[in-house]
Amino acid sequence: MALDTTRTQATGTSTHPRTPAPRRAPRRRGGTRLWVKIVITLLLIVEIYPLTWMFLTSLKSNSDYLNHSTWSLPSTWEWGNYAEAWTTGNIGLYVQNSLLAVVPALALMLLLGTAAGFALQIMVWKGRNLTLLVFLTGMMVPPQMILLPLFTVYFQTGLSGTLWPLILTYTGTGLPLTVFMMATYYRSVPRELFEAATIDGAGILRAFWTISVPLVRNALLTVGLVQFFFIWNDLLIALTFTNSQDLRTIQVGLLNFTGDFGATQYGPLFAAICLNVFGTLVIYLFLNQKVMKGLTSGAVKG
Amino acid sequence: MHRVLGDRRAVLLLLGPALLVYSLIMLVPTLWSLGYSFTSGNTIDGFTGNGLDNFHRLFTDPDVRHALWFTAKYAVAVTVGQVVAGYLLALLYVFFLKKASALIRTLVFFPVVLPTVAVGLLFKNLFQVGPQTGPVNSLLNAVGIESIDFFGSSGHAFWVLIGMDIWRSMGFYAVLLFAGLVDIPDEVLESARLDGAAGLRLIRHIVLPMSFPVLMSSLIFSINGTLKAFDSIIALTNGGPGNSTSPLTLYMFQTSFTYGDYGYGSTIALLLTIVCLLVTLVVFRVSRRDLTKD
Repeated sequence: MALDTTRTQATGTSTHPRTPAPRRAPRRRGGTRLWVKIVITLLLIVEIYPLTWMFLTSLKSNSDYLNHSTWSLPSTWEWGNYAEAWTTGNIGLYVQNSLLAVVPALALMLLLGTAAGFALQIMVWKGRNLTLLVFLTGMMVPPQMILLPLFTVYFQTGLSGTLWPLILTYTGTGLPLTVFMMATYYRSVPRELFEAATIDGAGILRAFWTISVPLVRNALLTVGLVQFFFIWNDLLIALTFTNSQDLRTIQVGLLNFTGDFGATQYGPLFAAICLNVFGTLVIYLFLNQKVMKGLTSGAVKG
Repeated sequence: MHRVLGDRRAVLLLLGPALLVYSLIMLVPTLWSLGYSFTSGNTIDGFTGNGLDNFHRLFTDPDVRHALWFTAKYAVAVTVGQVVAGYLLALLYVFFLKKASALIRTLVFFPVVLPTVAVGLLFKNLFQVGPQTGPVNSLLNAVGIESIDFFGSSGHAFWVLIGMDIWRSMGFYAVLLFAGLVDIPDEVLESARLDGAAGLRLIRHIVLPMSFPVLMSSLIFSINGTLKAFDSIIALTNGGPGNSTSPLTLYMFQTSFTYGDYGYGSTIALLLTIVCLLVTLVVFRVSRRDLTKD
């Protein structure tokens, strides 16, 4: 929200209509080129090398890792580390738990958030601005503030020991940002569209589902992606509500990974880290532009 | 004319479920937690009221003071680091890479989506001394410097933590600030260049003031996030050595779940909430005031 207003202020100083932006005047001096190249090279090394090192280490046997230089390639390529991480390290179970918590939470959050965004932005009634503000305050409250009462409730209602605490908590904590973003997207949809539709005999609820939802399909994907990363990468909530090993999500499982083997098995540990990174990597490879746009527009969450 | 769009029953049906879930998960527990801060005990053993004891303890607890100080130190260092690194990257994208920047932008952004726990474990191994010398210490050895036990002293651990968080999120702020820099009209830059401004002078007198608003928003987002940092710290140092890298978030978690004191945990959570609100308010005020001055 802050971004939008600042943008208009920045452009407002221009007396000319906007032109496509990164079309700058050509540089004159060729001398600046060399240091730019050095900076880029350093940047690439800093970004890529840690991930490459991680991947190579995930293919080393324990003695290979401990006895040879950390720079060396694996002397034998131990792809079995991945199988070991998946089964003995329980990563398979943890991934399954994560999916079972993330997917329902995402679906619920998007459904409720879109409906609320529609009601707050398209529909006309007294108090809708105040209600939006009530949702926004939720973004300021640190999750630490709600953990203990929720723990009590889940414990006393017997929900502890299932994945429901995670699903419910993720849905609730994700709603403020979802409602805010969906309401913002609905701002660009003209109200007249729904007035016309309802005159044609479709009820407003039907109009919401059959007309407005397809219109904000793109926004749904963006918000869904942003929330997916937040929930998938969450540690605090998962750590609080998973009281048994069978319920651990991938992040909690990875944090406790070394414990399951007795002594640290570096190959499987790195394989587990790689498997965890791999999920987000695949999504990022295909949808990076959308992810970048979505995450920066969801920056208000902090 | 707004008859159909003002249908109260429809508003209730569309908004009701979201408002209900939000209230039950966020609003009610927030108030409830406020109530907990006047008690001691936990869910399993039961709660007993203890009046203002927790608040008295909060003000005299050296661990709280330490955690608060660490939170502040960490938030300032990471925020400054993230925004400065992001801004330098954004300048690089806009003024030196231009159209070719898309690939670099995408690449530097990538760590943002990585799970923090994975990044934490990765950095722990990158900086380790034993049983195997990690890449960073190997590099130090290669240039003739002794290995450093990065997680053995609080000073070193702090800087590794800061470095990791900057590595993780500079790409994010670079993209955010890039959007602000791209919005500066070419005409303004051109006329400034014709007036003889170039290089650092151009950046200081034209680019910096014109991207000030988006710089301020980045600062707010960043401080808001770093005050609540938890995952990266627990994965990299787990607050150690000792409790030297333990922020309020971690101290609250340990008080509640390791020591089972939910009452005092709630009091620390309240302190954290107040700190977050105050800091955001102050940064917001300051940024507003400076804007009107320009």
